[in-house]
Amino acid sequence: MTPVGRRWLGAAWLVLALAAVAAAQPSVSGFVALDVQGFPHQPTFPQQDTNQVLPSILLQPEFTYDWRNDRLTVVPMVRLDFSDERRRRFDLREFNWLHAAPNWDLLVGVGKVFWGVTESRQLVDIINQTDRVEDLDGRDKLGQPMVRLAFAQDWGTLTLFALPYFRERTFRGEKGRLRAPFVVDTDNPQFESSLEEWHPDVAARWTHALGDWDVAVGYFRGTSRAPRFTLDIGDDGQPRHLVPIYDQIDQVGLELQWTVEAWLWKLEAISRWGHGEHFNAAVAGFEYSFFGLFGTALDLGIVAEYLYDGRGDEAPRTLFENDVFVGGRLAFNDVGGTSILAGAIVDDQTGATFVTVEASRRLGDRWTIELESLAFFDVPPTGLLYSVRRDDYVQLRLSRFF
Amino acid sequence: MSDHNVNPTQPAIPRRMGRLPRWTCLLLATLLPLAAAAQSPEEEKGLEISQEADRRDLGFGDSVASMEMILKNASGQTSTRELRLNTLEVPDEGDGDKVLSVIESPPDVRGTALLTYTHIGEPDDQWLYLPALKRVKRISSANKSGPFLGSEFAYEDLASQEVAKYTHRYLRDEPCGDGLQCFVIERVPVYKDSGYTRQLTWIDHDEYRFWKVDFYDRKNDLLKTLTFSDYRQYLDQYWRALILDMHNHQTGKSTRLSYTDLQFRVGLTEADFTRNALRRSR
Repeated sequence: MTPVGRRWLGAAWLVLALAAVAAAQPSVSGFVALDVQGFPHQPTFPQQDTNQVLPSILLQPEFTYDWRNDRLTVVPMVRLDFSDERRRRFDLREFNWLHAAPNWDLLVGVGKVFWGVTESRQLVDIINQTDRVEDLDGRDKLGQPMVRLAFAQDWGTLTLFALPYFRERTFRGEKGRLRAPFVVDTDNPQFESSLEEWHPDVAARWTHALGDWDVAVGYFRGTSRAPRFTLDIGDDGQPRHLVPIYDQIDQVGLELQWTVEAWLWKLEAISRWGHGEHFNAAVAGFEYSFFGLFGTALDLGIVAEYLYDGRGDEAPRTLFENDVFVGGRLAFNDVGGTSILAGAIVDDQTGATFVTVEASRRLGDRWTIELESLAFFDVPPTGLLYSVRRDDYVQLRLSRFF
Repeated sequence: MSDHNVNPTQPAIPRRMGRLPRWTCLLLATLLPLAAAAQSPEEEKGLEISQEADRRDLGFGDSVASMEMILKNASGQTSTRELRLNTLEVPDEGDGDKVLSVIESPPDVRGTALLTYTHIGEPDDQWLYLPALKRVKRISSANKSGPFLGSEFAYEDLASQEVAKYTHRYLRDEPCGDGLQCFVIERVPVYKDSGYTRQLTWIDHDEYRFWKVDFYDRKNDLLKTLTFSDYRQYLDQYWRALILDMHNHQTGKSTRLSYTDLQFRVGLTEADFTRNALRRSR
């Protein structure tokens, strides 16, 4: 879709959303947040913003309206960024109607779906597109147009998805930090399918709990959420952009969790066809919790996971070919719900490491303050992380909930 | 975005508060054969009273409740939490109830929900729903003594009060409540990971309602006192205290839990307590 077309679509969504919201006398919740990102190092590329403190604002209200067995949900989000123009935008995270019957439910509209059990990587999660403009960890997602039908039975829950429209991955703009050496040309993506973003994707997932075991098997057929890239060379022979290429893929995913006392043992695995050679990937590990540390109210949870990915050169690149993740989380269980989360992923072969630290607490009943930081160590010049090696950052977020 | 404000490794199950314990004779006999064999007259009487209190609560079917918790620290500052709670009585005597609880406030964790399948004699099954991520996560139910949402209620205080989770000993009779006479029963937790060495409970002669519980910590010092008030009768049978006050003697903090709405037999079924129902619980 052209940028103009996309703007019109966005405007149409906004009008529809507002009309629906006004008609329904909804319950309103959500938050507004002020983000301040601090970058201790000067940027790597000349076009990047040299300001080391970059503020931005995020508004994400949530409107819901409930009938007896039906619910309309509208979650728009607005990001105002004073530096990167690609972070100045509007998105509909959710705009859907849910009908719930005792043993089945149907959702139609723009929604969000999560698949997975592990903490370090969202390997099986594939329904929603990743919103790279928001965050580097891949947890922020774009709203996905869908029809979702779920059946809950004795033999587990079966969920079927029809995904009529594909949304391209977002990437940061020229001035933005945390990007590749060349900006991704999101206006001219290439698709394997001649239907481009209108290729009808489908998915299904079965989940079941058997005693201490939670099992899920998922299948996806359609447009790969992750693109490959080709370099666009200008008339002057200089590379200009990275052009994303979206392949048609088939993916089977498995999720397993075994819960015994304070142990959670986890496995996620995928098998994927469509990017050249077929490949497999997996994340496996555990989470263990010490409740009431040293006789206090503190809880400490530790997570260790191994990440393997066997993809070939024709597939979209990944950071996680043979990596180890170790993380810890401290929960204070106080009135403010204070918690601290820290994790590190180390590449087995190169030793490249990135470390994240997050902390949050509530201030009163309606405010929260959150700290998020990311740092890179021992990044080799050949790896994917090389272009962001100087983009260590600390972000403070102050949010007001309503 | 703020999902880490709620600890995903923690169970959170306010369940049947103010409700009397339930019990099955068979199970107790299986769990505690030696204790049962060596019972003193005081233990026998204590057990009988607890069993009677539990028996009077059988058959309520299902319930929906809205509740508010007001947390107060030693200098009087307060903080509020609101929850919705759906409960399904499981008719199978060997198993516990199913509970779905949804946090309404504070707003940063609004919509966070917990589904619990309570079991007798084995750990509960618990799934947490994190609304910002749309993630359903199976969590460990091993956390018993931790504070629930920063309050003075520990998870074990709010969990299913099965008779078989304690040994019971009758101590004495004492006046209690509003001109009532109470049995004083000492209960000792037999389940793993409890934060208490023992509890003293006051149960009235007339209707076998709980009026007070004293909690003794792992050093056997008095830690907290829970008092029940504003009892109402539902369906001409089931007594529920609408106000529960927990006072911590060691920190001076307190939490008042009050029901703002409570209804029985609204027609909930197993289908309202599946992981799929958890996903759409908000």
